[in-house]
Amino acid sequence: MDNQTVLQQLQSRFGDAILSSTDYRDELTVVVSKERIVEICSFLKTDPALSYDLLADLCGIDMFTPTNRFGVVYNLLSLQNKHRLRLKTFTDEENPRISTVTGVWGAANCHERETYDMFGIVFEGHPDLRRMYMPDEFEYFPLRKDFPLMGIPGSLPLPKK
Amino acid sequence: METKFEDVSRRSKILQALEDQDTSVQFEDPLESEMILNMGPQHPATHGVLRLLVKLDGETVISCLPELGYLHRGYEKLAENSSYHEFIPHTDRLDYISPLSNNTAYVLAVEKLLGIEAPLRSQYIRTIISELARISSHLLFLGSLAMDVGALTVWMYSFREREKLYDIFENLTGARFTTSYARIGGVAQDLTPEVAAMMKTFLAEFPKNLNDCEKLLNRNRIFIDRCDGVGVISREQAIDLGVTGPTLRASGVNHDLRRATPYLMYDRFDFEVPVHEGGDSLARYYQRMAEMKESAKIVMQALDAIPTGEVHAFKPKKVLPRKHQVYTRMEELIHDFMLINFGIDPPDGEIYFAIEAPKGELGFYIVSKKGEGHPWRFKIRSPSMVNIHALPTMLKGAMISDLVAIIGSLDPVMGEADK
Repeated sequence: MDNQTVLQQLQSRFGDAILSSTDYRDELTVVVSKERIVEICSFLKTDPALSYDLLADLCGIDMFTPTNRFGVVYNLLSLQNKHRLRLKTFTDEENPRISTVTGVWGAANCHERETYDMFGIVFEGHPDLRRMYMPDEFEYFPLRKDFPLMGIPGSLPLPKK
Repeated sequence: METKFEDVSRRSKILQALEDQDTSVQFEDPLESEMILNMGPQHPATHGVLRLLVKLDGETVISCLPELGYLHRGYEKLAENSSYHEFIPHTDRLDYISPLSNNTAYVLAVEKLLGIEAPLRSQYIRTIISELARISSHLLFLGSLAMDVGALTVWMYSFREREKLYDIFENLTGARFTTSYARIGGVAQDLTPEVAAMMKTFLAEFPKNLNDCEKLLNRNRIFIDRCDGVGVISREQAIDLGVTGPTLRASGVNHDLRRATPYLMYDRFDFEVPVHEGGDSLARYYQRMAEMKESAKIVMQALDAIPTGEVHAFKPKKVLPRKHQVYTRMEELIHDFMLINFGIDPPDGEIYFAIEAPKGELGFYIVSKKGEGHPWRFKIRSPSMVNIHALPTMLKGAMISDLVAIIGSLDPVMGEADK
């Protein structure tokens, strides 16, 4: 299984939902439209030839651009083909929402919670979308680029005595 | 007779005093009520600051919820604000049981991003230290699992071995615990013949000493009863939940990144990838014991085959020069100044690189921007974090006393899970 074959399969099946692709250091990154992310993910998992059965990682990224500011990155691994694929999809700053892929891979549960905690991207349909590392009452999203490295004074209240 | 009478009157006085206070406890229906038990973050069996909320029916676990974040230090944010060289010491603090393999994973990821390769000798050294780190990590697992289920002697035996490993690490890197040994484009110091001899001595004694531990456990009725059949996770569940490492292989999946996507020198060595079918705590114990023996084999082969030569790549714009050169030569001084103050200038790109760390797939996803000395996005894919989220599946239906045996067999490290 090589990058070109995977890309061709995706393009022939999903057509204009595949927005762009890059190949850097022999790693294939495919940018897809966020409306069809669940469909594309379940195809990649269930297709017997591709079979990306392990969601190695899912994370957010803040591009800090006026449009398409937040991205969600899916690092997939196929145990059968020993091949990695990276999917990327973007959402806007105003209302960062994207469908959950917990129905496809159970592993997405914890990763999506972490992404919500760090970037404030809401995963629609997620069974338990709570903060993961930060306290529940914390109001900011620390990995956004507009969150200062020093933190915001007073944002983490001390425990009550 | 008198004493007995006094006794009775004293007892009735106490009873009276108790009845005067309202000390009665009311159970509505003691056998059917559910109870929420909070375990951790300060519990010796949680290996750090893991907190579990467990819903119990009597002694049976109905559901469980892991709560993370008690050790969250924001390493991803820190990495996005520090240069690639500056982040190496932070990787020690991820999986603090095996810092050497974290160092290696991180520098390999950065080298992939930059498109450089370290000299052959340093690749061999990295292979050796990654495997020694695996032995050290699995020895801790062995001791702590046995201790969690009540066998304290094994802890002493395994820590005696770990102490020898720490002596080796101290001689090799200058530090016992937080080693920061790997460098972008090489390793900090060369492997001296003395350290190689120490490693060989350790490995010569290791099978016998490991056998001592096995003799205490493999036919130990209490140990086997506590571990057999608890915390079962099936092959399909494990893959679905993204579990990696020994935990995945103990569920019958033959997946090891050292074989699946070979990195370093692993494709040159003869070793097996052990797989166990049980998927329970006992299978995870056997799995790690078998992996330690394979790691010892790899280190032996690597020590025999290691070539001589440089341990530092000559890439002046990317790899820090050696200190004696910085003090004596103009060019090296300029490069050192630029690399320290502005960082490496990588191309625009993004990579994901993962190694088979002792706990599972340790991956780094780095997005770089040209002209910036620090990563734009830095994501740590930590195996412990994902493995901990398989706990609700493993714990369902288990007894409360099995909890420690299951957490112990999963071997999480919170420094890595909380990042």
